Parts: sequence; C-alpha cells; structure tokens
Amino acid sequence: MEKETLMEIGTFTALVLTLLIFSFLYKENPFYRFAEYLLVGISVGYYLVIICRNTIYPLVIDKLFVQGELLVLVPTALGCLMFVRLKKKWAYLSRLPLALMIGFGAGISIPAMLQARILKQMSASMQSLLTVNGVVILIGVTSTIAYFYFSKRQEGMFGRFTQLGTYFLMVFFGATFGYTVMSRISLLIGRLEFVLRDAFGIIS
Amino acid sequence: MLRKRIPLLICFVFGAFGLAQYYSPHPIVVSGYSTVLDWVQIIFAFTLIVGVLSVFQIHLKKISRREKLWGYSIVTLSAIIVMASAGFLGGTGRGTAFVWMFDNMQVPMQSTVFALLAFFVATAAYRGFRLRNVEAGILLAAAIVIMLGRIPIGALISDYIPAGAEWILTVPSMSAKRAVLIGIGLGSITTALRVILGIERSYLGRG
Repeated sequence: MEKETLMEIGTFTALVLTLLIFSFLYKENPFYRFAEYLLVGISVGYYLVIICRNTIYPLVIDKLFVQGELLVLVPTALGCLMFVRLKKKWAYLSRLPLALMIGFGAGISIPAMLQARILKQMSASMQSLLTVNGVVILIGVTSTIAYFYFSKRQEGMFGRFTQLGTYFLMVFFGATFGYTVMSRISLLIGRLEFVLRDAFGIIS
Repeated sequence: MLRKRIPLLICFVFGAFGLAQYYSPHPIVVSGYSTVLDWVQIIFAFTLIVGVLSVFQIHLKKISRREKLWGYSIVTLSAIIVMASAGFLGGTGRGTAFVWMFDNMQVPMQSTVFALLAFFVATAAYRGFRLRNVEAGILLAAAIVIMLGRIPIGALISDYIPAGAEWILTVPSMSAKRAVLIGIGLGSITTALRVILGIERSYLGRG
C-alpha cells in the first residue's frame, strides 16, 4: 500500500477512535465501551511485545543461548515460579521471586531515598538564607514538617507555627491542582486540534 | 518453611546486600549488584507476562460464562492477539504494522482519555472550590494564579500574574513540596527497613 494511503487510513482510524472516546461526554455508551476495551487490549499487546523484545530476549535468550551464561537459569527459574500464581494450590511458591524483588528493591531504595529525598532537599532548603525567598522556603519547609509532627500537641506558639505549615500546604495543593488542570486542558486542545485541523481541515 | 521462612530469608539477604552495595566500591560487590539488577529485571518481566496471562484468563472466563458485557472481552482478546502478533512477526521498526497501530490507535485513544479528564477536573473544581475558610481561600487563589499565569490572557490582564505564578511555584509551593518529599523519604526508609527485617510481611499474602 502507498505511504500516503496508509497515512490517510491512519488519520481516519485515529479520528474515529478519538470520537468514540469523546462520546463518553454524552453518557456511557457501547461505542465508548468498544474503544475502552480495544485500548486495554492494544496496550496489553504493546507491553507484552516490548517486555519480550527489551528484557526477555537480551537478558535471557541471548545470554543463555548465545553467550552461554548458565547463571541466567536462576532468575529464569524464579521468574517461571511467578506463573504458579495462576494456580491457587501452588501460589505460595511465587513468594520466592517476590521476596527477592521486594527485598532487593527495599535495600537499594534506602540510600537512594536518604540521598535524593532527605539530604538533597534539606541542603537545598538552607542554601540561600540571605534572600527573602530563601527565608520563606526555610520557614515553609520547617512549618510544614512540624504540621506532620504528632508527638506534641499542636497548641500555643507551636500550634501557630504548624498552622502556618497548613497555609504552605494549601498553596502547594492549589498550585498542583492548577498545574494538573492546565496539562489536561492542553491535552484536550491537542485532541481538538487533531480533529478540527488534521482530520477535517476546518482550522489551519 | 517454604511458605514463610525461606521467602523472609531471601528478602533479608538480598535487602541487606542492596543496602550494603551502596557503600562498597569493591569490584565483586559492583559486579554482584549488576547481576542482581539483571535478575530483578528478568523476574519483573515474567511478572508482567503473568499479568497478561491473567487478563487472558479473566476475559476467557467472562466469554465462556456469557457474563455481562462478554462481547467486549472478545474485542480485548482480539486486540492483544493482533498487536502481539504484529510485534513478534512483523517487528517493531519504523513503518511496521506494530508501530502503525501504536501511532494511530493507542496514542490517540490514550491522549483522548486523559483529555476527557479536563471536563471531570473542571466539575470537581466547581464542587470542591467553595470559599469556606482561610485555607480553602489560599488553595483557590493559588490555583487561579497558576492557571491564569500559564495562559496568554494572564499576561494580558497584568504582567504580575505570570511572575506571581512563577513565584508561587518556586517559593511557597516548592517549600511545602520539599517538606512532603522529606516525609515521603522518611516513610519509605522506615517501610524498607521493616520489609528487610521481616516485620512488614504483607507482600507474602495469606496462607
């Protein structure tokens, strides 16, 4: 098939599927449901191919059959144990690979969290104390952390300080909400642009 | 033994190794770390394949029992088979059926589903943003300034709006975000230690 025809069929398919999903704005209907189930199927198929091509092939098949690394049999056997989850009687065997994944994940996360989430954030909060913004940031960080400290009753001076923390939290929630709304709206504009410009040619 | 003790022992050994490797530059430790990282990736890939099989199992059961909306399960199963066959048989390079379906079916549908959320977020905001107290007022004001600051009309009203939005994002909002991140970090470390030491065992499930 010619490249242009393929592109036209592609645009038409994308248009139909976009309109099927937008039909949900009227109410839940069979057209929307069709697109919803189709999306689930296509996404599952996509990730299946990507996992096999990017992980199973280079890390298992290539290493085992081309490079002859027999050690790969250990994670492969452990990975195969995950399949017993589908059979209730043997499901407990899948705890072995799960324990390895979760244990190792927990182990490597401790220094990473300590470095990125605690030490880096603390040092960044105290870097520019000679500016107004720097002082506001330090007060914001400490008062917000104080708000989550429940071992002392939040009253008096400490209570007022934690109250200040809630104001900073509200600014954070409001800003995050506003940011999320704008990102969703820009996605909506993108889809409307596709329908009105690329598919129908109504706008240029 | 195989149900509890050995999984807990594996979790402890690999957890302790994961923690210790960060502090040791010894070549054996570095190579061991890289090997275990590959192992985790392989097991994770098998876990995702189990998920795919589970989706198949659920939809096949729905079809065989003629449960409610069983017809749509045929759509899902057919889509999985077609997409997977296209990827495995035709490859994943440019101009293949796999990429064509990804570009013209998956991407438009996914972005439209996310675009739909704009409407639901707007209705949620209408219901949730009531000016009841000082906190709600601050939340509302911050959201309005950020939204106006991100569109051209904000700058048309006043130059202070985009500048104010930028200040909110980089100063007060950032400070609260840092505090939340520090809290998340402390919580994650505590949970990770509980998992390694076998105090937190919920991942083992029941039985």
